[in-house]
Amino acid sequence: MQSETFYYDNKIPKLFAIACVFWGAVGMLLGVIIAFELAFPLLNFSDYFPYLSFGRLRPVHTNAVIFAFVGNGIFTAVYYALPRLLKAPMWSKALSKLHFWGWQFIIVCAAVTLMLGYTTGKEYAELEWPIDILITVVWVIFGVNMFGTILTRRERHLYVAIWFFIASWVTVAMLHIVNSFEMPVSFLKSYSWYAGVQDALVQWWYGHNAVAFFLTTPYLGLMYYFLPKAVERPVYSYRLSIIHFWSLIFLYIWAGPHHLLYTALPDWAQSLGTAFSVMLILPSWGGMLNGLFTMRGAWDKVREDPVLKFFVVALTCYGMSTFEGPMLSLKNVNAISHYSDWTIAHVHVGALGWNGFLTFGMMYWLIPKLFNAKLYSRKLAANHFWLGTLGIILYAIPMYWDAFRSYFMMKAFTPEGQLQYQFIDVVNTTIPFYIIRAVGGTIYLVGVFVMIYNLVKTARSGSFIADEVATAPALAKAYKAPTNSIWHSLIERKPILLLVLSLIVVGIGGLIELVPTFLVKSNVPTIASVKPYTPLELQGRDIYIREGCYNCHSQMIRPFRYEVTRYGEYSKAGEFVYDHPFQWGSKRTGPDLARLGGKYNDLWHFNHMINPAEFIEGSIMPHYPHLYDDELDTTGTISKIHAMRKLGVPYEENYEAIANKDLRTQAIQIKNNLVTESNGKIKISDKKEIIALIAYLQRLGKDIKIETTSK
Amino acid sequence: MSFSIYLTQITDVSIYPIISLSIFVIFFISVSVWVYSISKADISSMKQIPFNEK
Repeated sequence: MQSETFYYDNKIPKLFAIACVFWGAVGMLLGVIIAFELAFPLLNFSDYFPYLSFGRLRPVHTNAVIFAFVGNGIFTAVYYALPRLLKAPMWSKALSKLHFWGWQFIIVCAAVTLMLGYTTGKEYAELEWPIDILITVVWVIFGVNMFGTILTRRERHLYVAIWFFIASWVTVAMLHIVNSFEMPVSFLKSYSWYAGVQDALVQWWYGHNAVAFFLTTPYLGLMYYFLPKAVERPVYSYRLSIIHFWSLIFLYIWAGPHHLLYTALPDWAQSLGTAFSVMLILPSWGGMLNGLFTMRGAWDKVREDPVLKFFVVALTCYGMSTFEGPMLSLKNVNAISHYSDWTIAHVHVGALGWNGFLTFGMMYWLIPKLFNAKLYSRKLAANHFWLGTLGIILYAIPMYWDAFRSYFMMKAFTPEGQLQYQFIDVVNTTIPFYIIRAVGGTIYLVGVFVMIYNLVKTARSGSFIADEVATAPALAKAYKAPTNSIWHSLIERKPILLLVLSLIVVGIGGLIELVPTFLVKSNVPTIASVKPYTPLELQGRDIYIREGCYNCHSQMIRPFRYEVTRYGEYSKAGEFVYDHPFQWGSKRTGPDLARLGGKYNDLWHFNHMINPAEFIEGSIMPHYPHLYDDELDTTGTISKIHAMRKLGVPYEENYEAIANKDLRTQAIQIKNNLVTESNGKIKISDKKEIIALIAYLQRLGKDIKIETTSK
Repeated sequence: MSFSIYLTQITDVSIYPIISLSIFVIFFISVSVWVYSISKADISSMKQIPFNEK
């Protein structure tokens, strides 16, 4: 067959690499800022504007690191490795450019809308519906370009890294679409299609698998390409890599419910999540060992080569977090870790160690190649390595320590049977740990800036190779597989089949897990006293979501003595049937709010939201003065009620017509309560946002209380 | 009110985890058999792909 000459385009990988490093620095900087905010609440600047308060900034940090830093890292790897592994340029330069600019546009839209308070209130899926549609479009563009390249390839076999890329693409598409079903209310507001338990299950099925198929599998593809290249020897066991691939994508998809242990999710789904999470350790460690063994005979290089240093620690962190993950899925361990800083530590060992270090290793290898230059300074890279490692240690250890310490404080009872510590006692003793964590994050970030300097210097010392020439013969159309490998030709030479099989493999887990839970809906004994939110409460709930309260407060009391004593009766599935979206939360930086309603009077809430620390000494909650200035926008009430009814919330027909009248009546009642409770000192318009928020907070968990009282 | 009440209302609920586990075991064994039946020559040519770019 005659050889053909073609070019690998380096411009797109270069752009993605720049975007990856840039957004990485931004995302990590935001992480450092919010870490310091927890230690020093004044840094929220919430007396001046609401945009930088923890509740709004934390989603910007998580989205930036996951989708901007790691996302652009994935695309750098795909656009560099895929053409080379397939001996074909990317299928369409136009689609490559559209993908790049489309993704950066999404990131900017995400950052702006989240800071402005437009959020769906579902973690890592906070972006509102127009941006969700944009993500879908750009993701399809990426897929078409990737498959176009695969179908026009000159290499018959698909290398295992490509399998990981394909499975990641198809699964992320599935997760994004299923979890983003929402009912638009206005241009930047929507309600989740699912409610309560179902919403929680879909969300954590998504959340867990976003970790799996965005932060892990594409990065394993990256590892299977860049590690052998850096060590200059092939992967230790190609067979193991195939088993790694299929078992990992099969098992990961089932593990979502381990985020909901001891919650109102049915027990069988919790157990299923636990069983599959424990099994996950096998393929994960198979992959880690495969990576580490690839370096056999090359360990001496690790002393010298910064790329390998980063890869070794990345793989070690991958091993640590994939050992820790299954452990955290055991119910008795999860009882300690859930809602605590342990989860935060676990996530950051993965994000800083695995994703961060693998990305840095890739950059130190790739930038000199793209610019035909030697790395500017190995010494600086080594310094970056040590700064990064120290940063991770200083980040993780205080968080682990704090999680256990908080747990023991939370569950301590006096001999008389009273809780020994108030929630605020725990918060006050946590501050030093928050400070050390923030310092750890800062050190890690300094390392990133050292890398940026080093990479810029490297690029400047060389000249960019925009196109790399390559030659290879075209694929023979009529191919006959050797007789003994007819089996394998079924899959690894047929990318579309591989795509379909991957989808089936991840689909099985999703279906078995999700479908029964949806079927249960008809069997859930509805709690008669649970009623839809009043229009004012619904508006207040939207403010709660807008301010990102769920980032620090849970609304899910687990059936433990120390939780029930502290917060009240444990939560029941039937209580959340009208919650679009659910607001169970995943972290308790503040106390649980599931039974907050009626605990304090309206005046307490009114004063508390202006300056929480004045009421509760040592409170680290931001202030919300803007709620007292801004008027509640009631023009949307009608469409909100309408949307909720369409989602199955039983508002009476034509209730829209009187919804705002009811809203006003309830608002005036709260205003009057404030006047009475403050002996006439507080006079505020009933049209302010704070009134709606008070209405919502006073409603929380009350339905069950009414039932108990009536019994 | 206990959550197990939902479970009792799904017929044979315990079948779900058992089906899941069986599917995985069968799948895992099939993949392993498949992988170990690949010839050595194929395996070594595939693992060399990243080194034959040009």
